[in-house]
Amino acid sequence: MIIGEWKPIEETVKNLATHKKVLLVGCATCVAECAVGGEKEAETLAPLLRMALKKEGHSVEIATKTLERQCEWEFVEEIADSVKGVDAILSIACGIGVQALADRYQDKFVYPGVNTTSLAIREKPGLWTARCGACGDCMLGETFGLCPVARCAKSLMNGPCGGTRRTGKCEIDENIDCVWNLIVKKAEERGRLGDLETVRAPRNWGNSGHGGPKRMVREDLQS
Amino acid sequence: MSNKSGSRLDRVISSGQFAVTVEVGPPRGPDVDAFMQKVRPLAGIADGFNVTDNQTAVVRMSSIAGAKLLLDAGLEPVMQMTCRDRNRIAMQSDLIGASALGIRNCLAISGDHQRAGAGGKLKGHPGCKNVFDVDSIQLVTIIRGMRDNAVQQGGDPISPATPFLIGAAWTPFGPPEEFRVTRLAKKIAAGADFIQTQAVYDVPRFAEAVGKARARGLTEKTAILAGVIVPRSAGMLSYMDANVPGISVPPELIARMKASADPKAEGLKVAVELIAAIRKIPGIRGVHVQAIEAEGLLPDVLKAAGLLPRPEA
Repeated sequence: MIIGEWKPIEETVKNLATHKKVLLVGCATCVAECAVGGEKEAETLAPLLRMALKKEGHSVEIATKTLERQCEWEFVEEIADSVKGVDAILSIACGIGVQALADRYQDKFVYPGVNTTSLAIREKPGLWTARCGACGDCMLGETFGLCPVARCAKSLMNGPCGGTRRTGKCEIDENIDCVWNLIVKKAEERGRLGDLETVRAPRNWGNSGHGGPKRMVREDLQS
Repeated sequence: MSNKSGSRLDRVISSGQFAVTVEVGPPRGPDVDAFMQKVRPLAGIADGFNVTDNQTAVVRMSSIAGAKLLLDAGLEPVMQMTCRDRNRIAMQSDLIGASALGIRNCLAISGDHQRAGAGGKLKGHPGCKNVFDVDSIQLVTIIRGMRDNAVQQGGDPISPATPFLIGAAWTPFGPPEEFRVTRLAKKIAAGADFIQTQAVYDVPRFAEAVGKARARGLTEKTAILAGVIVPRSAGMLSYMDANVPGISVPPELIARMKASADPKAEGLKVAVELIAAIRKIPGIRGVHVQAIEAEGLLPDVLKAAGLLPRPEA
């Protein structure tokens, strides 16, 4: 899922302070799964913002609405009526949702209420960790299902750097596993350590954002 | 091993003599005089002088500029290059530039993550964007391609080739320990002519790791220079043992430094003993000696270790 976290309340308050009526829009997909942008969070954030705005002397009305998916036009359409009466929208979806609203409701100010951070999984209740770097050239088949692009702090391709701690954790954070340590252990379990002996050549990053903004075309679906 | 680069370090290694490299950190500003005051007394004590590349992710004078200053002063630099700050375009451009300036040794390393910030002693730039377009092993392949085939990674030719002696690092301890010799083998397969290791304090454990490398024929294919960091206090050793991945300090060594009335002199003694013990390990072809922020100690250490004067090469 795409994960994110609330922007600092002060930042959002600053964005909304000059408006009169705001529609706070949640998304029931990824950001609901990671407990930042679903209906529950929309209903939690709205009163917090109302209070904070009031405390600073701003009278701003905040209504809420949560869409099934903010990144699909048919769902985005559902708030057309609610949007008519407001002068600003606060989206607590990922950056894709924010842009979908900004694209559809061009005469409104659209603000992000969330900082989108990564493509992640819920490891256990209350803990999400990055899993995919959207690199455009998946190598998970060669690394036993563990991604060194997203999960190695240096995106190393040929094994662990010298920074692996005694505990098997990464030099940058004792709570982050050295993914190469995990890859090697997995290779060992499978009796496939030999697979990791080959020197992996420099990658082509061109199918990710490094190759320019991605544009995926499927002519068969364009009729 | 042929003389691929024409460097002194290359000749010392190729002729089978025990090589010595040391490390000098460039200054955090453009103070050439201060830098030269630090490095001039080191002239003649080593076959190569590593110039670090923004180590611990702190901005310093570039390793290319530092290496050129050494070269002008008659010291042969080993230019370090990390993968943290440059993509392959910048790397190859800098390699061509370094080669044009007469730099002949290059050490390819991953580089400390930008969150390192001198272990919290300085602000650094923890919010910066890193690069890691290629990793250290891929960088070795790139330097080798430019040297042996006069070709860039992308396939375009360069003219002439850039004659570098290629170095890489090895951290034999640290998980997954069983893979560390394989990683060394990959660096050698990629083209590493010499290897500098993480600092060694546990000699028997290090000898065991080198034994595994030797069993795979790796010590024949590359010159392994064992790392030695001159200890200056028990606190420094405890800190490194606890906080520097890949460094393991036996408790008795820490106790010995603690018990000493003159830790500086004792540290020098320890370094000399370490060098002597490391020299006896079959397959070790040199030492890489560091006296962090105390480079002035290096001549005494190397003299006491019987490694001075350096041989004609």
